[in-house]
Amino acid sequence: MLNFLESVNEAVAGIKDGSTVMIGGFGNAGQPFELIDALMDCGATDLTVVNNNAGQGDQGLALLIKEGRVRKMICSFPRQSDSWHFDAKFHAGEIELELVPQGNLAERIRAAGAGIGGFFTPTGYGTMLAEGKETRILDGRGQVFETPIHADVALIKAFQADGKGNLVYRKTARNFGPIMAAAAKHTVVQVSEIVPTGGLDPEVIVTPGIYVNSIVKVA
Amino acid sequence: MSVQSNDQAGGLTGIQTSDQPLGRDDLARLVARDIKPGSFVNLGIGQPTLVSNYLEPEQNITLHTENGMLGMGPVATGDQIDGDLINAGKIPVTELPGASYFHHADSFAIMRGGHLDICVLGAFQVSATGDLANWHTGAPDAIPAVGGAMDLATGAKDVFVMMTLLTREGVSKLVEACTYPLTGIGCVTRVYTDKAVFLTGPGGVQVRETFGCTLEELQKMVPVPLQAASAVAS
Repeated sequence: MLNFLESVNEAVAGIKDGSTVMIGGFGNAGQPFELIDALMDCGATDLTVVNNNAGQGDQGLALLIKEGRVRKMICSFPRQSDSWHFDAKFHAGEIELELVPQGNLAERIRAAGAGIGGFFTPTGYGTMLAEGKETRILDGRGQVFETPIHADVALIKAFQADGKGNLVYRKTARNFGPIMAAAAKHTVVQVSEIVPTGGLDPEVIVTPGIYVNSIVKVA
Repeated sequence: MSVQSNDQAGGLTGIQTSDQPLGRDDLARLVARDIKPGSFVNLGIGQPTLVSNYLEPEQNITLHTENGMLGMGPVATGDQIDGDLINAGKIPVTELPGASYFHHADSFAIMRGGHLDICVLGAFQVSATGDLANWHTGAPDAIPAVGGAMDLATGAKDVFVMMTLLTREGVSKLVEACTYPLTGIGCVTRVYTDKAVFLTGPGGVQVRETFGCTLEELQKMVPVPLQAASAVAS
């Protein structure tokens, strides 16, 4: 069921304590700041957050971490010059980190949306990020078994939606949006524009509306 | 013909191609020159990014960025800056005609699937057999961050490393076995340093050329057996 909502607060109202929340974006590109701010306001806590990074500066995901609302981060690159809120929580032992090579992160998210039970990948073989994982030699290469990452909710940002919930993105702000939309039970999208059904060329739609539950326009 | 390090100096002059160590820009120019025309290339953050300054249009190189783009152009300035168009280092960049965008799983399928000809990465250490360590110092208080390094190291057809040969303390970063946590095993094919270009692989380390030192002098700095490359690789 697709809903067009008036406010970001309404869009995130159903997120429960203890949820796994995927948040789109690579750095600030494609990060749904308004939805994250609404998630701050709604009070949900004890969250597992899936994002490439672990927040930057004093906005968005970084504030959610600062306020102690994130129990665990699943990401590839938490350490940045301005990731001070994550750094502080990590050093204080107040946040759990599951560090995943970026391509494995993307493919594990994709696998969840595609109904794949797991896959073998050469990435990470022989490294500390594969410790404790099943391995095989396939096609002459060491490979590591990786499992899908499912989520209760995905919060993503797209450029345009049509009346059917079909989405197009802008440039490198696309990043994790399409695969997160498919991997979550409930996908919330903030868009810059809503166009009438038929207003997007079917040949260029990136995320078909079947993956989308709630859309809110953010100015 | 293989030339051992204890041979007569006269046999070594062919591989010393500069009487000075190379600076960062000269090294970037050398890497750029070595990239075959028409290649699809990913340049890692840091020193490898300099290579893009020396790619010639007639080389027809297509740059890939892990965050979902082929056909990346130079760094954006002024009115070109668009927060939705950034590179792996989160710096605003531009798009070239013929560019394409794709989501993250496709971007890493391009790497893992062996479609990139070359990636150029920085390194803490490279072993004689091409193991790479470039993501984590292993220090107890360090926050680990891997990003796309393991995927690039594993997926690209050729992995070139750019680094200074020695640490600030004068210790070789080309080592018998890496002591830092690994990024990938046996993945590095070539190491570009300020003092020499090394070819790494199962057969050990060959020196393609040296800068400001003889092979014998180089051997004194590096704790793995070196031999001159039997033929200059292009």
